[in-house]
Amino acid sequence: MTDRTLRGKTAIVGVGETRYYKRAAAPDPEFKMVLEAVLLACEDAGIDVKDVDGFASYSNDRNDPPRLSAALGCKELKFSNMFWGGGGGGGSGAVSNAAAAVATGLADTVVVFRGLAQGQFGRFGQGSTANVAAGPGAFTAPYGLMSPAQTFAMRAMRFMWEHNIGQEALRALSLTSYAHAQRNPRAVMHGRPLSAEDYDNSRWIVEPFHLFDCCMENDGAAAVIVTSAERARDLKQKPAYILGASQGSDYRQAATAHNSPDYPTSNFKTVARNLYAQAGIGPKDVDVLQSYENFTGGVLMSMVEHGFCKPDEVNDFFTPENFYFEGGKLPLNTSGGNLAECYMHGLELITEAVKQIRGTSFCQVPNVNISMVTSGPMVQPVSNSIYSSEPNP
Amino acid sequence: MTNATKEAYLPAGLPAPAPSSEGLATEFWDGTRKHELWVQRCTKCQTWQWGPECCCHNCNSFDLTYEQVAPTGKIFSWERAWYPVHPALKDKLPYLTVLIELPQAGNVRMVGNLLGDPMQQVNIGSDVEAVFEDHDDANPPYTLVQWIVKS
Ligand SMILES: [Zn+2]
Repeated sequence: MTDRTLRGKTAIVGVGETRYYKRAAAPDPEFKMVLEAVLLACEDAGIDVKDVDGFASYSNDRNDPPRLSAALGCKELKFSNMFWGGGGGGGSGAVSNAAAAVATGLADTVVVFRGLAQGQFGRFGQGSTANVAAGPGAFTAPYGLMSPAQTFAMRAMRFMWEHNIGQEALRALSLTSYAHAQRNPRAVMHGRPLSAEDYDNSRWIVEPFHLFDCCMENDGAAAVIVTSAERARDLKQKPAYILGASQGSDYRQAATAHNSPDYPTSNFKTVARNLYAQAGIGPKDVDVLQSYENFTGGVLMSMVEHGFCKPDEVNDFFTPENFYFEGGKLPLNTSGGNLAECYMHGLELITEAVKQIRGTSFCQVPNVNISMVTSGPMVQPVSNSIYSSEPNP
Repeated sequence: MTNATKEAYLPAGLPAPAPSSEGLATEFWDGTRKHELWVQRCTKCQTWQWGPECCCHNCNSFDLTYEQVAPTGKIFSWERAWYPVHPALKDKLPYLTVLIELPQAGNVRMVGNLLGDPMQQVNIGSDVEAVFEDHDDANPPYTLVQWIVKS
């Protein structure tokens, strides 16, 4: 094996999360919530926050590392990093950047974080109300195609048509997230169970997405700490070793006006291949999966492109039973995810993946050795990561 | 024969198309005003390209031009929107947005609305033709490219 790999060289050793709120319900400024999440992650890890020497985030997070480092009184800043690209495509990408910085000695203790306070800033689900659309938006916005749901429904519709996939496959993903959230007292949708009838009767947002196929919009902050595998062994928590973390985009996926050559895709074909090659495992080895649900149609394509089933097996494989944490063939989105725990842009999926390695999830899968995250299907770029209970399983 | 209409499918108030500051789509929007469909093409290797870019994605030449193509296509994907993503849309729900493939232009795709009953059954692969939707009263005036199933 080449030495040019991240495999097993770093680990997530701390996780911190504020309370998760409904959109616009956070009592604190976004920056303060990020500080709180970083401090909680350090406390969880048993690391002095003054020793944090790097920060990595994504999706144009507003809370920049120089300000964070100064506010927290960190001794020095060695790594100040932003993963380009919107949506949650950079969740695992920020982890991979942090891991690369640690593995190459650029920094020793790097925080990956995301903060969102949508009441204090803009919303995701609304189109712009500007009276002109320039650039690529000129080819979509005048036709009323303005929201992420609409952008991605077009891809999902084509995929479902090509493979004759029924609405029940999407419904299974929604029911799974809601079922798991009922066991997770931190989940925004805790105490709000969802039945198949509720799903079927819910309004359309844009076909093929019902209301419950779409992620929430929430407030809060989350952070994880990445450090070296050697140091991880001596810290407070059981390390979640980073077996692989990959990022990128397939050929011309960002071509404008819906012109990516491969269209009905989650954009994971190359990135999934690269992740498995790096981690030295395959989909059959994965004990539990957190798959980013901006919209259920993206999860569907993402899981297919990560090799969990073939397109023509989706109708049979995608059932709530197969995805349930107890007895499921592939326990999925075990915290409730973006649909029902919190839309923390998928950083909450990474904290959940780490909890599954530690054995502390509210929907704990027994004996987890390999815990995987896919971040942000259908955007450009996307990313993914695999965590392990051992550095070299 | 070219289809044109002065009746807008979606209500007034949505963003009007503006050519980018890079000037990439000027020929396209000038063409729609004349009820013609023009697509970017590489002069060197003949590759069709949409949306427009600064260089050819195939041979990387900057020598790009626009060519007029027949205003027809096939439905590649579609969606029926039920949520008002813009205040102007709240009384015009649902509406149909389609992705049209242009086989005569290297299978590039264009987004538009599918005219007619918003509850019509939409079939991927159906032949469609363009309907040029004039917004003559806008400042500056512009024309959108809409689509209708071929009868
Ligand atoms: Zn060329």
